[in-house]
Amino acid sequence: MLKKSSRNIIKKSQPLGWVLEPDAKTLMKLQGFAVPDNILTNSFEKANQFMEDSDSPVVVKAVSKKILHKTEQRAVVTDLTSSSHLKKEMARLLKLEGCENVLVEQMVEGVELIIGAKNDFQFGPVVVFGIGGTSVEIYNDTAIRMAPLRENDVLSMVESLKAKAILFGHRGKPGINMKILTRLIVDFSLLLMDFQDDMESIDLNPVICTKNRCIIADARIILQNKPL
Amino acid sequence: MAVIGVSTSQDSHPANVIYNKNHLRYPVQTLPVNPKGGLINREILYQSVEDIQADIDLAVIAVRAQFVPKVVEQCIKNQVGGAVIISGGFSEAGNSSLQQRVVDMAKEASFPFIGPNCLGIYAPDYVDTFFLPGERIIYPDKGNIGFVSQSGGVLVDQMVKFAGQGIGISLGVSIGNKACIRETDMLEWFDQDPGTKAVAFYVEGFDKGEGREFIEKTRLCSKPVIVLKAGKSKKGIEAASSHTASLAGDYRVFSQIMNQYCVAEADNEYELTSFCESLSCYSKAMNGNVGIISLSGGHGVIAADACELHGLSIPRIEQATMDTIQEKLSEEIKNIVSLVNPLDLTGSSMDSDIVTAARHLSRDKNIDCVLALLIPYSPGISADIGAKLSHVARNEDKPMIAYVPNEDKYRIIIEGFELNNIPVASSVEGAVLMAKALKRYRPC
Repeated sequence: MLKKSSRNIIKKSQPLGWVLEPDAKTLMKLQGFAVPDNILTNSFEKANQFMEDSDSPVVVKAVSKKILHKTEQRAVVTDLTSSSHLKKEMARLLKLEGCENVLVEQMVEGVELIIGAKNDFQFGPVVVFGIGGTSVEIYNDTAIRMAPLRENDVLSMVESLKAKAILFGHRGKPGINMKILTRLIVDFSLLLMDFQDDMESIDLNPVICTKNRCIIADARIILQNKPL
Repeated sequence: MAVIGVSTSQDSHPANVIYNKNHLRYPVQTLPVNPKGGLINREILYQSVEDIQADIDLAVIAVRAQFVPKVVEQCIKNQVGGAVIISGGFSEAGNSSLQQRVVDMAKEASFPFIGPNCLGIYAPDYVDTFFLPGERIIYPDKGNIGFVSQSGGVLVDQMVKFAGQGIGISLGVSIGNKACIRETDMLEWFDQDPGTKAVAFYVEGFDKGEGREFIEKTRLCSKPVIVLKAGKSKKGIEAASSHTASLAGDYRVFSQIMNQYCVAEADNEYELTSFCESLSCYSKAMNGNVGIISLSGGHGVIAADACELHGLSIPRIEQATMDTIQEKLSEEIKNIVSLVNPLDLTGSSMDSDIVTAARHLSRDKNIDCVLALLIPYSPGISADIGAKLSHVARNEDKPMIAYVPNEDKYRIIIEGFELNNIPVASSVEGAVLMAKALKRYRPC
């Protein structure tokens, strides 16, 4: 079920045509999915405090209605641990077009996957799952299934990936928790069924998985073009 | 059956072709209609369906598009059962509103029709609304494949291919613009039809949400469903604003969803032909572990290569299986055969050797399906080998697929298989494609 607060986020984002990352993450969290701890701020002091309290490096991302594709605009800085570096990068990001705040997040490490959705003309909501990251379009090592999914569908998607060995642990690196991943994809596919009147496509990329958890490190929700 | 639009001056008019062939060669009583009236070939030409006293089950409408609504109105008024609208000039030519008028009238009156812009239906030995002269088509025999096509041309061409491979059809339907009767309706119909064992579709595209509806219907269908998709190019995804949208192009979505729901998607027309023959014989799917019996090492290797190319496995067979076969082979070949999959029984083998190998290969738990590559040139093979192996396949309850060269001389062997419902391919690769069909149509 799409919660009332989630519906409000969608409604608020309708004029823009897509949901800003912090809002998309709030929505995903409301619906029961894991996202990294984060703060949305334009204050260096607050960002710095968050970084110092964090037991891992942080990521800082520009939040702007003008920036849909962050990598291309150099709007993401990863692996930050020093205050001076944070200060410099925050200042740069806040100068990007339309950027009023930055999203500071705990950095998560693990296997980068993509879980996406598309509202297909012929088939309605479909789930795309595969190897994620910024090169996803180059490799396109993904599988597609019609939502809602059964657990077996997730297994067959994993089986069909060329790089599936990465998920099961590869060259000394641990594999990921298949149970958690399966639950996440099945739940996501169920969410799509309630979201199909509003959603055009969704990228959860990367979703970072380890042997203990799966966390949505970035979320982009494109809404259907609707006359207001 | 009333054929509306029969011309008094033009013998090759589609309506005339349809009228003539049904009137002269089919059991259906066929009556010609043209507002001008008079006689055609010394038979009464009715001015309207309203003038026909008999109950009309089917009206074939081949008049110009602008007259179609009026004709449909007359049919409805006269309680005609349904129609095939051959006429073009509707949505495919930009006249969607004219098509919608016909749809609205038909819907209100619960009047089913096929088309417009189609060839209609071909039911072997019964009725044929294709406006193609009978002498130009090679008709398949009556059989158990139901075939539905968005393209009339593809349907006819596929029928010719079916005929060449000895595959029969229960009903061929060209649905054209599919304004009323659509793939999903035909799927429901074929599911209920006792004469149909597998249903094949040639699909160019579905309307909004229609793909999902099709999938939902296939899940309820008790028979194997086969699809050939055209229009696989990447159009329409360049402008995609998200990664997912660009990763999930229209054809990838189509193909993977067919696979998800165990619809056997044929990659091309050759596969379609093979899939139809195979799935009309076996509705039980398999995982893809093939055991190959050949009488020449070369054929075994060619088949093994083709299996790998098409995603099938050639697993090792149990030592016990090999030992049992070895023990029962004739003395002459015992020491020259190779019993590792693919099995090479050599050109010196006899019927009994092939039967033994097929029987015990079928009993091996690593094997889902047996390919029997029979080159009938070997002197030890009799004309009865097809019937004998069919008997093994039926008793062991494991799918068997045969390869026998498609020549008149070997007809008796081919029929020995086919009359016992064992599919026969005319090439080694064709046999492998038949096995692939059983894997594509996995148990869901």
